[in-house]
Amino acid sequence: MWLYEKKLEYPVRVGKKDLKMAKYILTQFGGPNGELSAAIRYLSQRYSMPTGRAKGVLTDIGTEELAHWEMIATMVYKLTKGATPEEIRRADLGSYYAIWDKGIFPSDSNGVPWISAYINTMGDPIADLHEDMAAEQKARATYENLINLTDDVDLQDGLKFLREREVVHFQRFGETLDHLQGYMDGKKFF
Amino acid sequence: MDQPGLKLLREVQELEFALIELNLYLDTHPDDEAALSTFNKLSARYAEARRAYEEQVGPLVNYGHSGPAREPWRWVEEPWPWEIEY
Repeated sequence: MWLYEKKLEYPVRVGKKDLKMAKYILTQFGGPNGELSAAIRYLSQRYSMPTGRAKGVLTDIGTEELAHWEMIATMVYKLTKGATPEEIRRADLGSYYAIWDKGIFPSDSNGVPWISAYINTMGDPIADLHEDMAAEQKARATYENLINLTDDVDLQDGLKFLREREVVHFQRFGETLDHLQGYMDGKKFF
Repeated sequence: MDQPGLKLLREVQELEFALIELNLYLDTHPDDEAALSTFNKLSARYAEARRAYEEQVGPLVNYGHSGPAREPWRWVEEPWPWEIEY
């Protein structure tokens, strides 16, 4: 069961309408290293974890990723608010508009649809945790690229929050990996 | 949303953020008594902040988790989270 909270995890502000930034940020909505990939990855992997701790970490971080997914959609929504078809065309987003209008479709910045091949569920806890740690670093790097692409300090504030969360999640996954390795070393395999 | 509502929302967001952070930390450090004690203190303040926000603005959680509903049904009232100007 999941509950929805009618609020964002962290306030999302934008200083101005910026269609090109909306296009770049869209990759964190439906691109390979985006928040949807993160949520689906962790929430799918938890079923084959051997300990309560690992199941808890994946459940809690996976749930937080859904809140980040909502923050990303909010950024795209606010950056494109009130845009006219002519402005959309000038920002080189005409091909997106032709297909999806102002809908926020889970795709990367180039309009490539989200696919589950971005993630894996190996069933092997050690392999999965290594993927999760790598995923957090890839998302951190993506946020740094996005921060470099804008001088809007309000938008940067939200992007910096999301970047910091990747660092914390990486830390928690690292501790979970240590814990799993200890657990598996102490277990006999037949 | 008006300024008093935004102020109450900010308080809920600040407290919840601290609790998310402590929750993840406790997941990997379940024996840390100091962290657990901070979690419990903040959890009490969080309940109070949520109550104040919901009284003024409306329910935060659906399916009955925000307690008895007032008339008229407020869950569907705008703004939704992505529409709020901070």
